[in-house]
Amino acid sequence: MTYDGGANGSGSFQTKITADDQAGSGWPDVVWSTQNNDASWASQGKTPFAAPLNKGYFEQSFLDGFTPGALAPVTINGTVYGLRNDLAATVTWYDTSLMTKFGYTPPKKWEDYLALGQKVAKEHPGYIVGDVGDPWAPEVYFWGAKAPMNTVTGTTGFSANAADPKSVQMATLLDTLIKAGSISQDSVFGADFIKKYTGKVLMLPGPVWYSGALFQNNKSLNSKAGTIDPGLPLSWSGDTPAAGNVGGGTWFVSQHSKNLAAAKTFMEFVTSADDYQVDLAPGLPAYKSAGDKWLAKQATSNFFTPDFASNISTAAGQVWTGWGYPNFSQEAVWAKAVTPGLAAGKSLVSLLPSWQKALDNQATVNGYTVN
Amino acid sequence: MSRKEPLAAKQMRMSYLFVFGYVLFLAAFGVAPTVYALYLSVMSGSGKFVWFRNFNRVRHDFRFMPDVIHVGTFVLIWLVALLVLVTVLAIIVHSLGQRWLSPSVRFIYYIPGAVAGASSVVLWLFVLNPTVSPVSGVLHAFGLKTFVQTISPAHLPVIFAIIAFWSGAGGWIVVMYGALNSIPSEIMEAARVDGAGAVRTALHIQLPMMRKWISYMAVISLAAGTQLFVEPTVLSQASQGVVPIDYSLNQLAYQYAFKQTDNNGAAAIAVMLLVVCVVLSAFFVIKGGLFERD
Repeated sequence: MTYDGGANGSGSFQTKITADDQAGSGWPDVVWSTQNNDASWASQGKTPFAAPLNKGYFEQSFLDGFTPGALAPVTINGTVYGLRNDLAATVTWYDTSLMTKFGYTPPKKWEDYLALGQKVAKEHPGYIVGDVGDPWAPEVYFWGAKAPMNTVTGTTGFSANAADPKSVQMATLLDTLIKAGSISQDSVFGADFIKKYTGKVLMLPGPVWYSGALFQNNKSLNSKAGTIDPGLPLSWSGDTPAAGNVGGGTWFVSQHSKNLAAAKTFMEFVTSADDYQVDLAPGLPAYKSAGDKWLAKQATSNFFTPDFASNISTAAGQVWTGWGYPNFSQEAVWAKAVTPGLAAGKSLVSLLPSWQKALDNQATVNGYTVN
Repeated sequence: MSRKEPLAAKQMRMSYLFVFGYVLFLAAFGVAPTVYALYLSVMSGSGKFVWFRNFNRVRHDFRFMPDVIHVGTFVLIWLVALLVLVTVLAIIVHSLGQRWLSPSVRFIYYIPGAVAGASSVVLWLFVLNPTVSPVSGVLHAFGLKTFVQTISPAHLPVIFAIIAFWSGAGGWIVVMYGALNSIPSEIMEAARVDGAGAVRTALHIQLPMMRKWISYMAVISLAAGTQLFVEPTVLSQASQGVVPIDYSLNQLAYQYAFKQTDNNGAAAIAVMLLVVCVVLSAFFVIKGGLFERD
């Protein structure tokens, strides 16, 4: 079975399973999803699609081998419904060679990040410190800023608070830097981004998988070896740092499968075996032992700076838990409610109320009670 | 001596045979699903009769009214453009004197129609993206610098109308050309003898005699237009959701059925679309005298 992995990827996965439910047959044995909010619907209904995995299917010792917190998105009320393939915490990517060249110090706080963005816009126009052109922008900036825009309580409670000081503060920060020109609105996967910003990305907050997708990729930014550093997640002044999270694949086993034993062997292999997760996987494995080896291997390739392994592990443990995993796509709502307005030159602060309204509406039609 | 069957009865039997296949498929893929949708639309998820509750629920969905406006604006722009431009173009092509010119023009008009459905939208993705568009000059002239600006919500009805016109109009021009050919040459001759120019002939002879064909085009296009689905769906994927997955009513019905697992709500939307379509089609059928016999 295939489905698209874009902003509405999770919706597409669900629509196909629903069609199988209607037909009463055709379910895939095992599903890979690029989203991490699928457990919210796959665990519900009369005959949930996802098989529970910690009720005698996998040994607890195997499940305990995952990085702490890695299974949180696929755990509903204590039952694990899926396995995490890779971790996708956000870090603060920066180019050490540009930092040295311009005489800047990498920021540790959002306030310093704002100041640096304004400074580079003035002193070196054309260079950027961030990008909001993709639908996961809220997961990088608002999740990472601890803005309560995606709070899920229990299985049916949802709230988004655009008036929260942290939401407003982050929106103001982004507005300032978009206006200054040091935050781009191009999609990082678009031709324009590569054309305009190759060699000009001073900083780029984003998920761990930007490593292979953008920096160490000769079809994208194609950065020089030894220049790119995954800086630790930023914090607000006087607060603890927090990471956001953008995706990170998940695996599900179908409750309807007739090949449960084979599915179990496959799932164990694909999430934890060194042959795959260490040797071939492009992103940080969620299985702890494979993850550690993967990081060690990345370090020996010397493409990224020496603190790559330790910073990425730290970020993986700092993902803010106040951001939930509802059964609708947060990214799709952002793309619909915010992106066109931003492109038309409206300020993010002015779009905050309509973003919240769109989230509330989407939550309501998907069965949540909005507080 | 065997008695010969009367010719009329024989023709009758043949005509039944001809329509048999159509009736079969109409029943299986047209009538049966419609009846099933009507049934679902008045039942609850647990199979209880609930009158119009599904309709009310859907009507109050925050996406419903915007989608009605989206589809309505698109259909209005497209239908007017189609009716006016196709008719005018067909008359112009028909009046071309050169022997080789008219068939070549008709052929060129028809080509885009050969690029089917979703693939034509994929083609349009390139046209609409100022970075790679062959007509980027035109987009820049409208102040559109990025793909997201081009496909902003306010532009979408026009964009969808242009896409639909581009892929559908050629076929209709060929049909209208055929309709113009069916006007007896004596009538055209008489008009010329009476001193009517091209415009007067078009207004007083050709247009009235094409009335049925024009209303036929309106009915078929109306049905296709209100079912807008493929274009916004493909654009939605390409734009990472900037064009929402619930832009049109058909998409909303799809979301109801397969995202919210609410087939009754989906059926209610389908029935509403059907009612609107039947009423508007009836208008065109009556106005166009589509069922009158010559």
